[in-house]
Amino acid sequence: MDRSSHTRSRRVAPFVAVAAAAALTLAGCSSGSGGKKSEEGGAEASAGKASTPRMTVALVTHQAPGDTFWDIVRKGAEAAAAKDNVKLVYSADPNAGSQATLVQNAIDQKVDGIAVTLAKPDALKDVIAKAEAAGIPVVGLNSGLSDWKDLGLLEFFGQDESVAGEAFGKKLNEVGAKNAVCVIHEQGNVGLTQRCDGVKETFEGETQILNVNGTDMPSVKSTITAKLKQDSSIDYVVTLGAPFAPTAVQSVGDAGSEAKVATFDLNKELTKAIEAGDIQFAVDQQPYLQGYLAVDGLWLYENNGNYSGGGEEPVLTGPAFVDESNVEAVSEYAAKGTR
Amino acid sequence: MSMAQQAEPAVNTPPPAPGPKQADGRTVRRPLALRLLARPEVGVFLGAVAVMVFFLFAAPPVRDGSSMANILYQSSVIGIMALPVALLMIGGEFDLSAGVAVVASALTASMLSYQLTLNVWVGVIVALVVSLAVGMFNGWMLVRTGLPSFLVTLGTFLILQGVNLAVTKLVTGNVATDSISDMDGFDQAKAIFASSFDVAGVQVKITVVWWLVFAALATWVLLRTKYGNWVFAVGGNKDSARAVGVPVTFTKISLFMLVGFGAWFVGMHNLFSFNTVQSGEGVGQELIYIAAAVIGGCLLTGGAGSAIGPVFGAFMFGMVQQGIVYAGWNPDWFKAFLGVMLLGAVLINLWVQRTATRR
Repeated sequence: MDRSSHTRSRRVAPFVAVAAAAALTLAGCSSGSGGKKSEEGGAEASAGKASTPRMTVALVTHQAPGDTFWDIVRKGAEAAAAKDNVKLVYSADPNAGSQATLVQNAIDQKVDGIAVTLAKPDALKDVIAKAEAAGIPVVGLNSGLSDWKDLGLLEFFGQDESVAGEAFGKKLNEVGAKNAVCVIHEQGNVGLTQRCDGVKETFEGETQILNVNGTDMPSVKSTITAKLKQDSSIDYVVTLGAPFAPTAVQSVGDAGSEAKVATFDLNKELTKAIEAGDIQFAVDQQPYLQGYLAVDGLWLYENNGNYSGGGEEPVLTGPAFVDESNVEAVSEYAAKGTR
Repeated sequence: MSMAQQAEPAVNTPPPAPGPKQADGRTVRRPLALRLLARPEVGVFLGAVAVMVFFLFAAPPVRDGSSMANILYQSSVIGIMALPVALLMIGGEFDLSAGVAVVASALTASMLSYQLTLNVWVGVIVALVVSLAVGMFNGWMLVRTGLPSFLVTLGTFLILQGVNLAVTKLVTGNVATDSISDMDGFDQAKAIFASSFDVAGVQVKITVVWWLVFAALATWVLLRTKYGNWVFAVGGNKDSARAVGVPVTFTKISLFMLVGFGAWFVGMHNLFSFNTVQSGEGVGQELIYIAAAVIGGCLLTGGAGSAIGPVFGAFMFGMVQQGIVYAGWNPDWFKAFLGVMLLGAVLINLWVQRTATRR
């Protein structure tokens, strides 16, 4: 690289020029609307801190990287941990085998409690038995409503996906839908399939299933458009995750369809869309509550021997419907990323 | 546009079997139809036509103009990335980071504009710089270490995937970016990257136009410029290319930067059509880009291919993906259908080439 060395000094000049120009441009280019400046920094909810001895809780989920939903679960867990003087150890892996390894990891760390999601209960059976043998209380959250008792968990916080689906189907009947398409953004996911099955169970009209590639938004958009073209009698698009609902609204426009959009789960953009009337309603399973209650439940058990549901009944966190009648109350919290 | 200029890819050269009339089979002038069929992009063209005709019969909604616009839209977002990926492949390298690079670019633009409350164009420009830098890093690592591009870009793929998530969470406190749709410059940028226009009552997305413009540009560069010759040369044989004075290092690094440019463009499209970006997206898309390039007749080992082939490759992908939905087939089989149709298309492509080059 001899040849380049004597030209180096000359090459620096353009970079300096570019950097200077960039700094000038940045200064003159602020946006007059939107952006961080328009966002009010909401004060964190703070309600004192427990004086109980410090304990460690592991939260092990089957989160896929970058999913907004799990981010909210984690925030709930962190809020409870901060209040209860708990050190929270969060880990996640969508692969069931790896999730089991993470639970084992928590046992090895000798944590005081484990909160775990049971997306694939069989894969976690052995490791949960080990935790119990080691005297560590285990609670379940989110998925695994039908299995938590068999696995001997202390308590369970979540929403039955089938029940949520059934409630969704009933709501569709109420609003007079005739032909709905249920958009699955991750083919083969048990929870998503249960939601669609639940809708099918109670919805009196026709329910169709559509698989889309959830990791590629343009593909989601054109696939829903294609489906609306293929069957022009579809009058409701049901998405199973919050980020896909606004995309479905675009698809409806592209296809020139009259269909309306409703969705499972909630986020910040969605509350705005519900306020604007672009999206009819969302069914919220309150992920924040799941994370919060799981950690808080372990704290109560550790410090006062309490457990919810007496080991017989789960604690249901949903389904909670959000539509134009109550969206205002929810949107404030959704904007902070906690609903 | 004439394609006769392009060097015949070495792989398609027929074995010099003794012809019935002349001793040297290489000098036999084969009929024009056969010579045309021997071109890789003609094979994929026929494959794409076959798939299209199939769906025109199997799925009545496809016959509608707006359905075709939708299929072209899906094809164009794959196709815009498939072009630089194809050029890179002709130059003898892969880029596994192409899928997440798209999302990295969109995240950069979105977060920068939002967090600093700047005109979105600032974010767009910075995202371009970042994308080009990622491409440059890939190329530089490859040239300096001599490692296979599979390993180097696998590394960048994983790094970007992690950085996308971690930085987004760090900066926004969430795993998706905030909507920038109400910020200054958004409408202008949307007009360029994500608008649509009317053709005989059908709404066509602007990405389709960009796709074809880029394809024409890439074809011109490959066939009519010195740089195009360099690309073929470094992919064919790096050492002999260097021996005859081709700047191998420059060519490879610039090809990776071209992929960076493509990632930026598609990233901007995603940002301006959906307003927010999910940080976990993009994983797996790199394989679709590579598939479109390979179906389009680009050799996995480099040195042969075209820019037109991947256009049809991407179209075939879009056609199959949407055609299955238009046909209303059982959605559980979706992925399997996709695989079978693609494999079938590639086989047609291969068969056409073999038949045509068999003298």
